[in-house]
Amino acid sequence: MTPPFAVIAVLTIAAAVAAMTLRNLVHSALAIAVAFIGLAATYLQLNAQFVGLTQILVYVGAVAILIVFAILLTRGGEAPEKSVFSLSWIWGVLVTLAVFATLVWAIKHSFVVERETSVTAPEANVQQIGQALMTRFVLPLEVIGLLLTAALVGAVIIAMKEESVKAKIEDGRSKMDEPANPSSILHPPSSRGGQR
Amino acid sequence: MTPLAGYLILSAMLFAIGLAGALTRRNAIIVLIGIELMLNAANLNFIAFWRFSEHPEALTGILFVIFSIGVAAAEAAVGLALIISIYRHYKTTNVDEVNLLKG
Repeated sequence: MTPPFAVIAVLTIAAAVAAMTLRNLVHSALAIAVAFIGLAATYLQLNAQFVGLTQILVYVGAVAILIVFAILLTRGGEAPEKSVFSLSWIWGVLVTLAVFATLVWAIKHSFVVERETSVTAPEANVQQIGQALMTRFVLPLEVIGLLLTAALVGAVIIAMKEESVKAKIEDGRSKMDEPANPSSILHPPSSRGGQR
Repeated sequence: MTPLAGYLILSAMLFAIGLAGALTRRNAIIVLIGIELMLNAANLNFIAFWRFSEHPEALTGILFVIFSIGVAAAEAAVGLALIISIYRHYKTTNVDEVNLLKG
C-alpha cells in the first residue's frame, strides 16, 4: 500500500463518515463533495483520467449543487433538535455490519486479489474512449441519452406538479363561484345571521 | 503499487458507510446521499478491476462507469424532485413520518 493511496483512502473514508453522521445537512453536503473528490483522486491513481475528471464534473459540479439546492428548498439547513437517526437504527447497523463482513470475507477468499497489475499502464485516452462509444457502445450511449432526457423532464414535472394542480383547482373554483352563488352578491351577509 | 485488495476494501468500506447512512438516518436527503455513495463504491470496483484486468484495452470497465455515472445523475435528479414534492405535501423530509402512499 503506497502512501498516496493511504492518504486518499483515509480522507475519503473520513469525509464519507462525516457526511453520514453530521447533524447539519449543509455540512453533510460539503463532506460528500470532499468524498467525491477523494474518489476522483483514486480514479486518477488507477490511470483512469477521463473517468476521474468526469467524476469531478458530474458529482462535485452537478450532484453536490443539486443536493444543496434540495436542502435549501426543504428548509433542512437548520439542525434538528431531536435525534438525526431513525427509530429502527439498530437494525440498520446490524444489516450494515453483516453486509460489510460478507464483502470482506469474499475479498479475502477471492483468487483475483493475488493478481498483480501489468507493468505498463493501460492506455485509456479520450480518443479511444470516444471511438469505443461510437462503435461498440453506441446503443448504450443512445439509451443513456434517452434516459437522461426522460429523467430530467420527469424531475421537472414531479417537482412542479402539486402547485399547478392546486392552482388549476382554485382557478376553476373561483370561476364557478360567481354563477353558482349569486346570493352572496344579492344579499350581503348580515352580522345578525338572519339569512342563515 | 497498491494491490487490488486495497481498492476493494476501500470500496467495501464506502459501500458500508453509504448503506448505514441510508438505513439509519431520518432525513430523506441524507438517505439519497447514502445511495449515491453506494453507487460510487460500485464504480470504484469497476475501475479497480479494469486496471488489474488482463485485457484493459477493451475499456469495458471505464465505459461501464461512464454509463453508471449517467444513470446516477438521472437518479439524483428524480430523487431530489421526489423529495421536494414530498416536502410540499407533508411539510417534512423525515422518512419516519412519511408512511402513506396515499396523501
